Amino acid sequence: MPTKLPPWVNYGLLPLMNLGMAFLVAGLIVVILGESPKAAVDLLVYGAFGYGEAVGYTLFYTTNFIFTGLAVALAFQCGLFNIGGEGQAYIGGLGVGLVGIYLGHWPPPIGIMIGIMAAALFGGIWGFIPGWLQARRGSHTVITTIMLNFIAASIMTYLLVNPLRRAGQQIPESVTFDQRMWLPQLHELFGGLGLVIGRSPLNASLLIALVCCLLYWLFVWKTRAGYAMRVVGKSEPAAVYGGISPAKQIMIAMTLSGALAGMMSLNEVLGAQHRLTLGFTGGYGFVGIAVALMGRGHPVGIILAALLFGALYQGGSELAFDMPRINRDMVVVIQGLVILFAGALEHMFRPWLEARFARPAVPAVA
Amino acid sequence: MEDLWTQVLLLTASTFRLATPLMLAAMAGLFAERSGIVDIGLEGKMLGAAFAAAAAAAMTGSAWVGLVTAMGVSFALAMLHGFACITHKGDHVVSGVAINITVAGLGPVLADAWFRQAGRVPITGESMRFRSIELPFAQVLADVPILGPIYANVISGHNILVYMAALSVPLTAWVVYKTRFGLRLRAVGENPSAVDTAGISVTAMRFRALMITGLLCGIAGAYLSIAQGAGFTRDMSAGKGFLALAALIFGKWRPVPVLFACLLFAFADAIQARLQGVELPLIGEVPTQAIQALPYLLTILLLAGFVGRAVAPKAIGQPYVKER
Amino acid sequence: MSVSVTAGALPPAVALEGIDKSFGPVHANKHIDLAVQPGTIHGIIGENGAGKSTLMNILYGFYQADSGRILVDGRERVIQSPEDAIAAGIGMVHQHFMLVEPFTVLENILLGAEGGWTLQAGAAKAREALLRLERDYSLEVDIDARIADLPVGIQQRVEILKALFRGAHVLILDEPTGVLTPQEADHLFRILESLKEQGRTVIVITHKLREIMAVTDNVSVMRGGEMVAHRPTAETTTEELAELMVGRKVLLRVEKAPARPQAPVLEVEHLEVVDEVGVRRVKDVSFEVRAGEIVGIAGVAGNGQSELLEALSGIRKATSGRVLLHGQPILDAADARAKKLGHVPEDRLRMGLVRGFQAYENAILGYHLLPAYTEHGFLKKRGIIGHCLDWMKNYDVRPVAPLLQGTSFSGGNQQKLVLAREMEHDPDLLLVGQPTRGVDIGAIEFIHKRLIAMRDAGKAILLVSVELDEILSLADRIIVMFDGTITGELSGAEADARRIGMLMAGIREEAAA
Repeated sequence: MPTKLPPWVNYGLLPLMNLGMAFLVAGLIVVILGESPKAAVDLLVYGAFGYGEAVGYTLFYTTNFIFTGLAVALAFQCGLFNIGGEGQAYIGGLGVGLVGIYLGHWPPPIGIMIGIMAAALFGGIWGFIPGWLQARRGSHTVITTIMLNFIAASIMTYLLVNPLRRAGQQIPESVTFDQRMWLPQLHELFGGLGLVIGRSPLNASLLIALVCCLLYWLFVWKTRAGYAMRVVGKSEPAAVYGGISPAKQIMIAMTLSGALAGMMSLNEVLGAQHRLTLGFTGGYGFVGIAVALMGRGHPVGIILAALLFGALYQGGSELAFDMPRINRDMVVVIQGLVILFAGALEHMFRPWLEARFARPAVPAVA
Repeated sequence: MEDLWTQVLLLTASTFRLATPLMLAAMAGLFAERSGIVDIGLEGKMLGAAFAAAAAAAMTGSAWVGLVTAMGVSFALAMLHGFACITHKGDHVVSGVAINITVAGLGPVLADAWFRQAGRVPITGESMRFRSIELPFAQVLADVPILGPIYANVISGHNILVYMAALSVPLTAWVVYKTRFGLRLRAVGENPSAVDTAGISVTAMRFRALMITGLLCGIAGAYLSIAQGAGFTRDMSAGKGFLALAALIFGKWRPVPVLFACLLFAFADAIQARLQGVELPLIGEVPTQAIQALPYLLTILLLAGFVGRAVAPKAIGQPYVKER
Repeated sequence: MSVSVTAGALPPAVALEGIDKSFGPVHANKHIDLAVQPGTIHGIIGENGAGKSTLMNILYGFYQADSGRILVDGRERVIQSPEDAIAAGIGMVHQHFMLVEPFTVLENILLGAEGGWTLQAGAAKAREALLRLERDYSLEVDIDARIADLPVGIQQRVEILKALFRGAHVLILDEPTGVLTPQEADHLFRILESLKEQGRTVIVITHKLREIMAVTDNVSVMRGGEMVAHRPTAETTTEELAELMVGRKVLLRVEKAPARPQAPVLEVEHLEVVDEVGVRRVKDVSFEVRAGEIVGIAGVAGNGQSELLEALSGIRKATSGRVLLHGQPILDAADARAKKLGHVPEDRLRMGLVRGFQAYENAILGYHLLPAYTEHGFLKKRGIIGHCLDWMKNYDVRPVAPLLQGTSFSGGNQQKLVLAREMEHDPDLLLVGQPTRGVDIGAIEFIHKRLIAMRDAGKAILLVSVELDEILSLADRIIVMFDGTITGELSGAEADARRIGMLMAGIREEAAA
């Protein structure tokens, strides 16, 4: 929307105020629960960054959120709301899982490369479906992606309970992949370089995520393909007028979005658990919405927001451990509050700020 | 034969019980969406209400206090949605997602802090729940052929919230099509400018619609935790709010077709439990997951225009801004 | 300022005193005074953007004035919402009708005046009252028809009925003839006359001088947010009003040399366009545009011109028929540009510019695939900004700021930016839709001169405009459309407003003769 606010208010102060509100309300809840918010924050920060292992875990979660945040943000660029990150990540996990189960014995870089492609491909297909439905049949992605999340969950439950379950096991999960399929752990990688970082599931997925951030930035703002996608996101009639097919862009955007979400599974399946498990997506797909909103669609913002949520997830476990009145779900509450204040209520302070910082309108020279 | 008849009766009765929260939430969604507000927060309102009902009932020992509290909490969440979408012109979907996620976290947090039961709220006392009501003469008439068992087993023997849900559908239909409020409700979802220039406040109309949404979702939530179930557990709404949303779309935003969509989805749910491990002729064993996914698949097919066409209220999801 | 013209004892039906209204930096109404005598038809005339609609929306309570008073029948009224206006006996027919399309006529009329909290009782009473109103004012409408199924002329009657049903004594009509054929407009004027005869007061907002002269008793002229004159219609002339509206003598004809048409550039053969809902919008249309001429398409808005333009530019698929550019068919919008077709769209805010894009990004919309702007799939930002700067200077786009958001420019400057983009890519055929809609006078002259210069450079131009004066002053040949068909073609020299008006109403010359 056209704004009269100077950039530092629009991109700096306003988002910070929104975020501040979210944490203020969260703090209030902590007070109501009878704990000290300051002590909670201290514990949280220590839990997230206080020691090497904690940092590793924080960055491990961050990796998930970068992927899902990018997925939501890319769809936003095309004017689409992809709430289906959860399902796309789940199906992406199926892709990488199948490769892990059946091609795990292939020589290391090849198996892993195929696994990465399979994650993107499967997630991409699960994103393409709502994209195609919107482009060709006019069904709104918000509803179809919600529905596809449930369908994905049903498919995965069926597969893990029946054909993919490890023989002779009651738990619905697949066999453990061949070691050659495991993504290298970062503490090992860095150890090889002489750097000592704490042991954690943090793995090469983080590097893949950062590469994706760079590619996202280049694609969206520097290429003509990204230009075409942004035109569709801002105005479909203008796209049609400019010879850009909205249907095609919508399908591309949803496919790429799904692929990004699908790659989240690399971190969990190929990087940490080394097998396919029930519900490994853990709601991270939804966190992507908060990350994309907070990061305002920019990769730097997305990385920072993902880091914040990574810290919350890791620090939150620590918090729950030390403060008996607060449990892990407090993180989910904060996540919801961030979406509320940075997303749905993003304009709440705008009139107030405009009254203080409004720039004189651009002189409309006749 | 006798056995099959009993099975049909039991299946029908359980369909009604499973349809109850769907019907209430779908009618709730109908009011919101007909007024032009997208409500994917039905799930969150239901879950919040389920927690509130269980917590209040557990503390006071009264199911009725639980119900009223549930309705109050759901009402407050609906007003929050209105504050974001109507007052501040925020994105309806984002607001709905925010409410769903916040509530999904807050329930277990508060449950843990107040009840120390690993995110659950247990309900123990009998007075804390709505129990089945036996309608008059159910026992006496049970022996009447055909109608007797239907009356005794299918119509009688539910708790009061089931009957409330049943009542909510004709009531919604009447309000929407026969009253002044309904006329304005339908108009504000189609063309808010027309409503504004007719001297009616668009804001007030949409808030009123959301109030009803909140209250109905409250009943649906209370049903989950203090009528159908006993106590609150994490994520106990388990997608029922989204299923209600699917039913709302499947029924094309019209009360009676929405009712049938709810019954269809509930029937799928009821039958899947019975089909587990059963070999059907020709098809073989149907995986329960396939039946669970069916309502969502059907809704997608409908939205895609493969089975009929669903046209949403025209102004849905758009904040109302006076043109300049 | 003295506003009273009659010495009658009755106070004005409506009086506005010192009305002032700003929207942010835009001062839409500057201390406006207005008195409307009861039982008259009062015209308010002014150019687009003169502040007429704002003023009337204040009277109707849709907006609130920053300062000033409103008097109805001599008594001061506080009007803060349409509800207050309705209670004060004021009704308004908006330019864009305020009707709920899936509703019936009756439901639309009941909305806000239901007469009880259930619909049943009110509906029965309303039926009676409506039948009486329909009889009294010759407002024939099928009460049970769905609005979506009714033609616009009838929808307008529904709006008038709606206002009368609410007991309006003062009826405001905002640009009531914009979407009507001359015949429908005549019918409307008869309705307005009968309203006057029954003692009601009518206020008509328009920018069309002919209407003012035809139907009003008094006229007030607005310009740039100010009320500049009040006249009894009988004592003024079209010329005087035009001058008051614009503030200086207008050149009704643009200076131009006779056209020297050459080979045809665009050939349209038996073109048919059916829209999304299955309505035939363009019916068997054939014509050609030659290099070095401007062909104007005249017609009341909504008679297929928009769809024709979209079909020619490749935005919309034609149902049948052929569109040839240099003898080659046009496949889609991208293909049309590749074949040297430029297109200044009718709705520049929706189509011509992308909201939220900077000016330089807007400057390549549609041309983003050209090698001049991209390399290996990447945009050449620096180069694009350079081009954009040049065009902004050449086309007098102010401010010269390629990084400014496109929508931050004024209407005239936005239009010049779009014009620059389309002309600077050197098209052989330029399609221009409503080039001066919402554009200030200075920019209009600039745009007209540019179009003539382009014609003189041997390019083909197809101009679609609902402003008859614009067509008359620019076009070398004029094609008139009515209900999707071409009803006639005139050369620029032989054309006059009367003959075009007949054709716009669908009356073909041979039939009339």
